[in-house]
Amino acid sequence: MASVTLHKINKVFGHDHIIEDVDLDIGDGEFVVFVGPSGCGKSTLLRLTAGLESITDGKLCIGEQVVNDLPPRERGVGMVFQSYALYPHMTVYENMAFGLKLAKAANETIDERVMATARILQLEDLLHRKPKELSGGQRQRVAMGRAMAREPRILLFDEPLSNLDASLRVQMRNEIARLHQRLGSTVIYVTHDQVEAMTLADKIVVLRNGHVEQVGSPQELYQRPATKFVAGFIGSPTMNFMPADLLSGNSEGCQVRVPGLGVLALPQDVSHLTEGDRLSLGVRPEHLRLKEAHGDNAFDIVNVEYLGNEVYVYLEPKAGDTLLVHRTDAPSHWQVGQSVALVQDQDHVHLFDGNDNALTCHGQRQAA
Amino acid sequence: MNSRQVNALLKRTGFWLLITVILIYALFPFYYAVITSLKPSSELFRVDFWLTSLDFSNYAQILTERSFVRAIANSILVSVSVVFIALLLGITASYALGRVRFRGRSTVLLVILGVSMFPQVAVLSGLFEVIRALNLYNNPAGLILSYTIFTLPFTVWVLTTFMRQLPMELEEAAIMDGATPWVTITRVFLPLMWPAMATTGLLAFIAAWNEFLFALTFTLSDSQRTVPVAIALISGGSQHELPWGPIMAASVTVTVPLVVLVMIFQKRIVSGLTAGAVKG
Repeated sequence: MASVTLHKINKVFGHDHIIEDVDLDIGDGEFVVFVGPSGCGKSTLLRLTAGLESITDGKLCIGEQVVNDLPPRERGVGMVFQSYALYPHMTVYENMAFGLKLAKAANETIDERVMATARILQLEDLLHRKPKELSGGQRQRVAMGRAMAREPRILLFDEPLSNLDASLRVQMRNEIARLHQRLGSTVIYVTHDQVEAMTLADKIVVLRNGHVEQVGSPQELYQRPATKFVAGFIGSPTMNFMPADLLSGNSEGCQVRVPGLGVLALPQDVSHLTEGDRLSLGVRPEHLRLKEAHGDNAFDIVNVEYLGNEVYVYLEPKAGDTLLVHRTDAPSHWQVGQSVALVQDQDHVHLFDGNDNALTCHGQRQAA
Repeated sequence: MNSRQVNALLKRTGFWLLITVILIYALFPFYYAVITSLKPSSELFRVDFWLTSLDFSNYAQILTERSFVRAIANSILVSVSVVFIALLLGITASYALGRVRFRGRSTVLLVILGVSMFPQVAVLSGLFEVIRALNLYNNPAGLILSYTIFTLPFTVWVLTTFMRQLPMELEEAAIMDGATPWVTITRVFLPLMWPAMATTGLLAFIAAWNEFLFALTFTLSDSQRTVPVAIALISGGSQHELPWGPIMAASVTVTVPLVVLVMIFQKRIVSGLTAGAVKG
């Protein structure tokens, strides 16, 4: 187990700058999730840490040691691949023992470690099977076992659940979380699924176009997104955004006009902005409140999705802009075709400036 | 019977008729060679389509002849060596060409393919000089060298194609486990490449076993000859007599090992060993 420090890490492929000046501190025993849309560089960052790609510029430390030029086997990392990449001609036991054998461990040590790992992952009955005789979830566990058998200082997961069906994914997610609680190892986990990120992580790193957008706990990211991108990426259904005009304001608060909602008094610090600036107002679906209404500010309900425990209500502004989503507990009395208006609520509202950065309240420190 | 059934029946009959024709076309020469080899020399020129006698005197004659037995041994030595060397070089080359990214990789592949496009006769005299310079004339090593040159392009191409199909993550998993490229090739890729290696190895073996032109040109004495040349040089009692019986017996004798090899390896060729490597 060890901490990981990334200092100004850069990766360039030909003319493409894949990773740009990434700084990151990962504490000993922390479960860190890299999340972002495809092409954001999250997998590349993981592979740089593993040693499968070379670092163009910057410093990568595992523990106290700079590992930039160390081959993977000397970094003390174990990796679980998306396709599992089990050796198809070897049994489960041989798969897990392969790394130890190559490290020239004594036979008793190999046996001991493999058996111990198999016990943790409940693979004891499958040790003599070949990968093709295993189910998806079992293969997933063998892949983890192979990564764990060498007792690496850091465990790396590259989208390990994306090949599983939905129910198995939830189950394995749960198993990985419990495994981490029990072993307390440092984990770096890559996913594009924000639900996996939210449920597993101690710390989420949101990446976009090769740079870190925001780092924080799931709660921080959900409640105080630093940018409009993070606000839209974390949470499902995604946050509602509405254009807003800054009417007046200072470091203590501001007044904005939002079409369809009217004029709102908000506590955000706008001292660095000028009146008339175009802003963006963000409201989570569960914080959007509706009342029956008619008139210019009204919205039409265009669709109602019933999910059993909750209901999503889709609203179309009269002006014909993007759809808004309202989430409420089921049952709900809202029906398609009804005309509604939004209730003003200044407590659960996010405000973003023209550069998509979140505006914070006075005295509140920005997260990233 | 309605017209659809008649139609289906006609199609089935036509299909099997076609198969029969192809089978006869492919197998009849060999079948006739077997029959001829089992006839005593007195009956050689009577045309029989069925086995009329079981006379093994032709076989006894060629198998007691020391130069022919020696030729078989030479053929085995040459063919096995060619297969071994071609597979060793082919596997290592295909790892480089299929897995390592470097400038000019496709050019190298094209050049390798280009080598196999030259007809044997075109390089015969040049190769002869090379073999003389290396002091390998009238030596099985000369044949091994020249056959390997002609077998390698095909071997490298097939193995490279196969190597590329193996999932990249498998190699990366081996790297994470601490494997060097050599360990990755021998412990991870080799077991998965058996089908491809069986196919290419078998074809290399057949090519080396049947090759005639180089074998004729690069050897001189009876003791260094391979089987095809030895068969061609089997002579009868006089200049005007071609000993068909022994020639057929010799041909059958040297064909049987090939048939057996194909039968042994055909399962390997077909089997897909990669099943279960990735999500399946």
